[in-house]
Amino acid sequence: MSEDITRKIDRSHMQVSDEVAIDIRNMNKWYGNFHVLRDIDLTVHRGERIVIAGPSGSGKSTLIRCINRLEEHQSGHIVVDGIELTNDIKNIDKVRSEVGMVFQHFNLFPHLTVLENCTLAPIWVRKVPRKQAEATAMKFLEKVKIPEQAGKYPGQLSGGQQQRVAIARSLCMQPKIMLFDEPTSALDPEMIKEVLDTMIELAEEGMTMLCVTHEMGFAQAVANRVIFMDQGQIVEQNEPREFFNNPKSERTKLFLSQILGH
Amino acid sequence: MSETHAQTVPFVRDTMLPPADPPVREAGAVRWLRENLFSGPLNTILTLLGGLIVWFLVSHFWDWFAHSVWNANSLAECRQIIAETWGEGARGACWAVIRERWNQYVYGFYPVELYWRPTMTFGLLFVALAPVLFSESVWIRRVVLVITTVLTLWLMVALGAPAAWLVFAAVVLVGAILISERHPAWLLVFSILYPLLGVWLLWGGSAWGPIMVLVGPVLGWIAWRLLGRVSSLIATIVALIVPLVWWIVFAGDAARDAESLVSLAIPAVDSDRFGGFLLSITIGVAGIAMSLPLGIVLALARRSDMFLVKTLAVIFIEFIRGVPLIALLFVASLLLNYFLPPGTTFDIILRVIIMVTLFSAAYMAEVIRGGLAALPRGQYEAADALGLDYWKAQRLIVLPQALKISIPGIVSTFIGMFKDTTLVTFVGLYDPLKSMSDAVRASTSWKGIYWEPYIFVGFIFFLICFCMSRYSMYLERRLHRDHR
Repeated sequence: MSEDITRKIDRSHMQVSDEVAIDIRNMNKWYGNFHVLRDIDLTVHRGERIVIAGPSGSGKSTLIRCINRLEEHQSGHIVVDGIELTNDIKNIDKVRSEVGMVFQHFNLFPHLTVLENCTLAPIWVRKVPRKQAEATAMKFLEKVKIPEQAGKYPGQLSGGQQQRVAIARSLCMQPKIMLFDEPTSALDPEMIKEVLDTMIELAEEGMTMLCVTHEMGFAQAVANRVIFMDQGQIVEQNEPREFFNNPKSERTKLFLSQILGH
Repeated sequence: MSETHAQTVPFVRDTMLPPADPPVREAGAVRWLRENLFSGPLNTILTLLGGLIVWFLVSHFWDWFAHSVWNANSLAECRQIIAETWGEGARGACWAVIRERWNQYVYGFYPVELYWRPTMTFGLLFVALAPVLFSESVWIRRVVLVITTVLTLWLMVALGAPAAWLVFAAVVLVGAILISERHPAWLLVFSILYPLLGVWLLWGGSAWGPIMVLVGPVLGWIAWRLLGRVSSLIATIVALIVPLVWWIVFAGDAARDAESLVSLAIPAVDSDRFGGFLLSITIGVAGIAMSLPLGIVLALARRSDMFLVKTLAVIFIEFIRGVPLIALLFVASLLLNYFLPPGTTFDIILRVIIMVTLFSAAYMAEVIRGGLAALPRGQYEAADALGLDYWKAQRLIVLPQALKISIPGIVSTFIGMFKDTTLVTFVGLYDPLKSMSDAVRASTSWKGIYWEPYIFVGFIFFLICFCMSRYSMYLERRLHRDHR
């Protein structure tokens, strides 16, 4: 199960503070008549590493996509970093520039080089001078261990490399919160490890992270809380050891037996 | 490694054998012929049949081309020369009509002593285009600009341009070559000013007119800067209104007053003197330059979430696409005068340019919408997730990719539009194909000549359209980056 995660994890900077990063109150969302998210209550503190698990169609991706308003919620409140998400476009853009997101299919910009992918948002959203943005971008590309690819186009890289560029691109905006939407689901098995390693490093530095993932090894090693969702509801949440060893609801037990059973 | 091998391997080849030539039937022309023309019985029959058709066509036209006459003063003289040289009943092409009337095909009825002005305008067009079309290759820019400079100056001298204008053209052209080497982006300033310079050179009159037109955006920019601190929305609206008010209310008088103080006038040429390729290229270039941005705006509007914007865009596109261009041209030439306040004179070429622009913008919008639809949703989401606002996302992420996808369609629309400029014949303008050939035939010496003018005009159109098509292929290759 945790064969992907072989190294010792440095927990010295993984501290959860009292400060609230994300506060979701009584949130509901529908697609047409379909009730995707039901009465979601979730408070995320700064420095938390949360893994959201659940069967497909349970609304986990939709939940984190609501946090930067890629999806709109219809009732309840979402407050991110002290800013409530409403129809106010200024607030939305502000939240989005503070919250990084990594997608299942990377979504790099194919017409720009790796370096340009990383400097675009800092230059145009944060108004950072180009030189400085490039220096920052190189720093983060080194962190994800692909500085030598800076001049290439995304199409020339492997899936794992592209996903690491996507992480670097998000980090270049110096986000306070990182959202991961199944970051390893579209990758070949041998590339999953390189992406997970990058994510672990990020966790070790104390980043607030919400990950939708099926990598339970990652959840056990890094998360401080695992959330299980089913049919648009948060069924159960607990710290990883309790969650895996002593699941409370039947639904969770079934899910865990299916995903860990073989 | 070499040491171990020295002990264990008795012989290591240090020179390679030269490669042997492949068998004759596997290489070169013979192989190509076998594979492409004679690969089987059916293919062989089709090849022979095709060859027969080509032979039939060529043999039919060959005499006519071979018996070309270039020096004659009338069709009758042409026929006489052909009969004398190749015998009674021989057919031959009389290209002498092109030799004698080429200037009408190129310049229409533009005053002969001012031919240098459209020539210079055309030359400077390449200076304006170079930084836009060839922004990435200093080499191509160099070649284009040097050829343009030599040809333009040579033609201007040959057409008797005044010395002062020759110096002006030389300064601009040589200056452009030098600037293009180091700072190609600076040339964009010329690209922006070019439309006004071009209009002034073509139609003549006072230079204060174009200058006062230019003042409008400058005033708008000043207003935008001043009000930008208060509210960006108000600033944008005022910045759009100020130039309009200036143009409609003040610009005319200001130009007249300035002209009476300091005269900057050159001989004016009326629109009815325009004709031939001068007219086609003027309408074509203006239409192309304006329809692309308008098409982009319409395509974005049609995909907008805002109901009103979207509905207006749909109505506009569907209406314009559903109406023949000729109908729009008739509206331009006849109906527009009824709708405008009495006393407003609105140049016929300008009206035609507006209609042609609207027409091709509607098609352009649909072509670009196709490109926008082809982009994966993830691109929009990634742009959103990074905090880019709508316009920045469109400009930096969406449009560069969507336009690249749409290049073939966009260029097809351009080519179609350029050829459609010949339709202006229906509103009484002298297009090169119909009106100009009619005008040539109206003289007694060229009465009855049909094929030669049409072939000549068709050939020039083909040449220009072929260049556009090749450019689009070059652009597609240059932008091929995603290695999919």
